[in-house]
Amino acid sequence: MAGIIEYAMFTLCLIGIYGILALGLNIQWGLTGLFNIGVAAFFAVGAYTSGILTGPPSEAHLGGFAMPLLVGMLGAIVTSGILALLVGLITLNLRADYLAIASIGIAEIVRLFLKTEGWLTGGVRGMEIGRPFEDWLGGNFTLNFLIFTIIVVAIVYVLLEIARRAPWGRVLRSIRENEDATMAAGKSVLAFRLQAFVLGSCVMGLAGAMYAHFFGFLSPEAFRPMLATFLVWVMLIAGGSGNNKGALIGALVIWLIWSGTEFATGLLPADLSTRAGSLRILLIGILLEIILVTRPEGLLSEAGERKRQIAREKRRAGEET
Amino acid sequence: MIEVRNITKTFGGLVAVDNCSLDVGAGTITGMIGPNGAGKSTLFNIIAGFLPPSSGQILLDGKDVTNLPPHKRFELGMVRTFQVPSELARMTALENLMLVPGQQSGESLINAWFRPGRVRADEARTRQRAEEVLQTLEMTHVRNELAGNLSGGQKKLLEIGRTMMTPAKVVLLDEPGAGVNRTLMGKITEVIRRLNREHGYTFCIIEHDMDLIAELCDPVIVMTQGSVLTQGTMDEIRRNEDVLEAYFGGGAAAAADADA
Repeated sequence: MAGIIEYAMFTLCLIGIYGILALGLNIQWGLTGLFNIGVAAFFAVGAYTSGILTGPPSEAHLGGFAMPLLVGMLGAIVTSGILALLVGLITLNLRADYLAIASIGIAEIVRLFLKTEGWLTGGVRGMEIGRPFEDWLGGNFTLNFLIFTIIVVAIVYVLLEIARRAPWGRVLRSIRENEDATMAAGKSVLAFRLQAFVLGSCVMGLAGAMYAHFFGFLSPEAFRPMLATFLVWVMLIAGGSGNNKGALIGALVIWLIWSGTEFATGLLPADLSTRAGSLRILLIGILLEIILVTRPEGLLSEAGERKRQIAREKRRAGEET
Repeated sequence: MIEVRNITKTFGGLVAVDNCSLDVGAGTITGMIGPNGAGKSTLFNIIAGFLPPSSGQILLDGKDVTNLPPHKRFELGMVRTFQVPSELARMTALENLMLVPGQQSGESLINAWFRPGRVRADEARTRQRAEEVLQTLEMTHVRNELAGNLSGGQKKLLEIGRTMMTPAKVVLLDEPGAGVNRTLMGKITEVIRRLNREHGYTFCIIEHDMDLIAELCDPVIVMTQGSVLTQGTMDEIRRNEDVLEAYFGGGAAAAADADA
């Protein structure tokens, strides 16, 4: 029983981290229509930044500087934001497809950089970081981390939801709908796209920091496109692009399916089990197809959210009169 | 108000606008007509900053704006609409309007997060203005509809409504009457005239519907082959043989005379 609870808490922590990634992507794709398929790059940069800043001193790589956890998280947000700013300044003025190409390229460059620049990152042998708050609340790390994750997800969600509903979010959605019309409405499309791209990437970097501290160990293999980019896209599309709640629900559902299939294939005989790994990827692909055909707006659609908001406004107006 | 000075625009070997100069006088409703391919829309795009000219200058209120991006020209009071309805499809009619006003405090993330009171007050004002515009356009009943679901005519009205959300001085309308039924056309005409008289908006209108042009516009500028053919009141234009020639080709003027 204790094992199951432990496993459930472990899973929820990961879902929280993926939820943050999906929230970051929702700003870029869901609201602004920026086609970033290099999520892994910003995730990885955040993770390694926080690892270097907070990890114990090591001969194998730069740092660690053993700084507090919050410094590491802040650093992760800053470095991934700077990377996004540089990439964005070059690509956001171009047509949408170029961002896609550039972002996937950046993700691969970052991954190879992490692998080969051992002085900075520990290379393929990875980076030991150690885990925070092992000794809180009776010393159950997973429980402590889960509480921490819930707090971080809540803060990120609230901030992004405020931003989405504000005129800021309205300009982003307008850019997604029609760039020329947004320009004709006097908005600097480039400036807003850049803000959306940087903010989304900062959030991804924050998710990276969470990931680093959750596992206490980093290696470049964790940032392969399948796990760190593609899965996040499936989560956002399945959950409901443009809807922050949808991003979180998508992370929950898709991660359960993803890890559920891992569990199921683990029950197969050994030779089948290894081959079934590819089948799981195929399964996620098929699932995405089914969602797009039967429920293209995702589980929780942007339109549904709007309807609820309008109903709320009507109620409020009703109370006033 | 707007001065077009020797604007030329070439696309490869094609000369779309050819050393074109014209003025749109302050307070006028200036019509711009001409056969398809005369360069009207290209010139519009250049005036509004959506296309860079190959050579020449655009002046707004005497100020050279040739190299300013569209949103800077917007700040100086120039607003445009599009020939193809360019509504924000997955946003409500109300949101389409509320987007437009410039310098909204909530467009800054810092304000959105840390000065919610100020943003809320600002939003309430923007919303009220948008509701007023919807009322003027008699579109209040569709305020919460997605703009993509509106009829073609309503989209056109919404587009004009967006210009009403601004402190615009000059409005460029690209075929406001295209694909609109008679009743709605009357409504659009009425709104344009009211904005001109009561709010002092200057209009420059591209239109193929001669009734709309005749009813609203003075002066009317005729363009062919990338430059101005002639300019005058609609009556003068109607009597001008060069214009008939440009529209209908050789012999049309003579035929029109024979009819008369």
